[in-house]
Amino acid sequence: LRIKGNSMESKIRFILIQNRAGKTRLAKWYMQFDDDEKQKLIEEVHAVVTVRDAKHTNFVEFRNFKIIYRRYAGLYFCICVDVTDNNLAYLEAIHNFVEVLNEYFHNVCELDLVFNFYKVYTVVDEMFLAGEIRETSQTKVLKQLLMLQSLE
Amino acid sequence: MPAVSKGDGMRGLAVFISDIRNCKSKEAEIKRINKELANIRSKFKGDKALDGYSKKKYVCKLLFIFLLGHDIDFGHMEAVNLLSSNKYTEKQIGYLFISVLVNSNSELIRLINNAIKNDLSSRNPTFMCLALHCIANVGSREMAEAFAGEIPRILVAGDTMDSVKQSAALCLLRLYKTSPDLVLMGEWTSRVVHLLNDQHMGVVTAAISLITCLSQKNPDEFKTCVSLAVSRLSRIVSSASTDLQDYTYYFVPAPWLSCKLLRLLQCYPPPEDGAVKGRLVECLETILNKAQEPPKSKKVQHSNAKNAILFEAISLIIHYDSEPNLLVRACNQLGQFLQHRETNLRYLALESMCTLASSEFSHEAVKTHIETVINALKTERDVSVRQRAADLLYAMCDRSNAKQIVAEMLSYLETADYSIREEMVLKVAILAEKYAVDYSWYVDTILNLIRIAGDYVSEEVWYRVIQIVINRDDVQGYAAKTVFEALQAPACHENMVKVGGYILGEFGNLIAGDPRSSPLVQFNLLHSKFHLCSVPTRALLLSAYIKFINLFPETKSTIQEVLRSDSQIRNSDVELQQRAVEYLKLSSIASTDVLATVLEEMPPFPERESSILAKLKKKKGPGAVSVNELEEGKREAGELNGGGERGGDTHSPTSLPLFSQTTITHSFSHIISSSLVLEDRMQNVVKNNHKQMFFCF
Repeated sequence: LRIKGNSMESKIRFILIQNRAGKTRLAKWYMQFDDDEKQKLIEEVHAVVTVRDAKHTNFVEFRNFKIIYRRYAGLYFCICVDVTDNNLAYLEAIHNFVEVLNEYFHNVCELDLVFNFYKVYTVVDEMFLAGEIRETSQTKVLKQLLMLQSLE
Repeated sequence: MPAVSKGDGMRGLAVFISDIRNCKSKEAEIKRINKELANIRSKFKGDKALDGYSKKKYVCKLLFIFLLGHDIDFGHMEAVNLLSSNKYTEKQIGYLFISVLVNSNSELIRLINNAIKNDLSSRNPTFMCLALHCIANVGSREMAEAFAGEIPRILVAGDTMDSVKQSAALCLLRLYKTSPDLVLMGEWTSRVVHLLNDQHMGVVTAAISLITCLSQKNPDEFKTCVSLAVSRLSRIVSSASTDLQDYTYYFVPAPWLSCKLLRLLQCYPPPEDGAVKGRLVECLETILNKAQEPPKSKKVQHSNAKNAILFEAISLIIHYDSEPNLLVRACNQLGQFLQHRETNLRYLALESMCTLASSEFSHEAVKTHIETVINALKTERDVSVRQRAADLLYAMCDRSNAKQIVAEMLSYLETADYSIREEMVLKVAILAEKYAVDYSWYVDTILNLIRIAGDYVSEEVWYRVIQIVINRDDVQGYAAKTVFEALQAPACHENMVKVGGYILGEFGNLIAGDPRSSPLVQFNLLHSKFHLCSVPTRALLLSAYIKFINLFPETKSTIQEVLRSDSQIRNSDVELQQRAVEYLKLSSIASTDVLATVLEEMPPFPERESSILAKLKKKKGPGAVSVNELEEGKREAGELNGGGERGGDTHSPTSLPLFSQTTITHSFSHIISSSLVLEDRMQNVVKNNHKQMFFCF
């Protein structure tokens, strides 16, 4: 009987939103890295995903992990997970998250993520926490976000 | 500029961000930032106490500057002050700042923990969640010490709001991972497990991650979760599409929760209770059935969600490895995916089938797909998919299809990316050895490996082919002939010269009768490569030359002349010089009998050391292995010592005359003959490849 993955590490190592030019629009880390390592990872992820096109899968082996990613217009949404994790589940977790952003920002565009960067973290924390999926119902997440929006 | 929300405005922040975006150069940006930093510094130091709104705005600006990539060395105190505000927007920014810019100043830590404590006991769910999220994001030892006792209480308390429970569960998970000694589950275990029955699916989703981690570390204490998980899964899988409204995603009920439940079940063996097991099997069958039904939606999100559950279910079926019917059905379903138009599915099917291949129940079913997999190897455009196909071929290989698979892998190797060649070479070598019935096929395969991917043929591989040829009488002539032919190629790889030099040195006599491979022809062939080779190869060739003198006295003068030349006896490399000098002397003074004794044919290599012995030795050191264990190891003679009367010899290096010892120690005596060496090597290479994979397109 095999134990799936290393149970003491987070499932999700980090979540990144990057544009094609390599600018990071969101970096959420669930594992300890110092600033230099983070920068290196960001550059490597960018290098890996931007060379891929429609003939490739949405999964890339990356160091001892793997990256599940999808491109939405000019933005790459990347989730770095354990090699034993469920690829399609995380691919759709990304889509679920993007649909929430889209609803919350009313047809979200890259600039929304720039000017409201501090709110994007709130959205992330509603849906992901401690490297795990926290909430998947778009209805519930949006309800909560709208409530928070109304607070002073 | 997009509309900033009415709630908190922070117009100053929006203006600042615009300014930065409008900077035409890096220098301009730095200038603008420094200006702002100076402004903020003066505001923070100012006589007037800042109001909450301003503090929030400036802390947020600092955060933005930090996220742009500039160092921030102040603002922590102000951020911590924001935590004690009773306004959500101010608290939120405070918590965000300290979560992103974690500071290890003990005074700050004390203040932060104090603020968190207040928020946790505030009974305001929004504030409680902010505090819990901060702990989950930072997860420091100090926080664990302060709160590890409190959080389980919050998690299971009857009056805790659902959203707070979700956050508490995952917060506790984080603390457990970073400071397991401080999180004592004892009294909370059954109530935490019971969260699987919560009516709020989000709570279940969060709690199950906690339970899964705890189960992996304490399986016995948490085993009651199995039947609860099965019930929950069963209810989801059989639910109508109108149930679970909020948790239905593109017509798929609770896909992520279903996957998590299936994952939790993989921490345990199949349920012992018959009813529970029956219900679970029914569940798995339903999931497999659904995969065959026409889809409820054409959207890829629908099929991805459905298939996420399917793949996780198949993973569970493979983990149990006990339901032949389910295993075969899983295999058939994956077989269909092998030809799906979506690359993702083909990739996942290949990957999943690889594990199915090793189950005795499904191994044969997997083999039926060999043609599709071979086709994938040849035609897939994404290299990672081709690699999964190669892995699957390796996994499904057995006696019945070894020749076909090895041939396909060799052909793939001719055009494979450089990053995966070493792994492929090792795989082919292992398969060729494992399934060889006919050792001439084995020799051909290895020589082909050297020809196609010589640079990636590591020492372990070509040492192995030599060991096998030495130990098997029946293939020695064939090896000599084949290697002789291979050396004819104008540009042959140095590894081929090494193998060829060694084999001709030992067995060249077996083909010397044919004038096309007479002794002098063999010598000239080898010597023609000499100057192109590295020092270790030349050393090997010199040994071959002295062996030739023994085997073929007619070559003595020709070879002696070569040995005598300045480039040999005055060679700047000590090893080469020593060999040339000693071999030259040996050939002049030794009588034919002595020469024949010294240069006697190599004895068979010592038997394969059992892997158990090897592991024992590694753990305990060489002296720790008992005589009995050694005897057992000897009895584990491999198929490789197939040479009849030559099998079973164990010549230790020290029992042979001095000169032979030199040649042996210079050659292979340090190798413990075992294909397990190759397999170890392969595991290491595969691990390294995962790190380097992104270099291939």
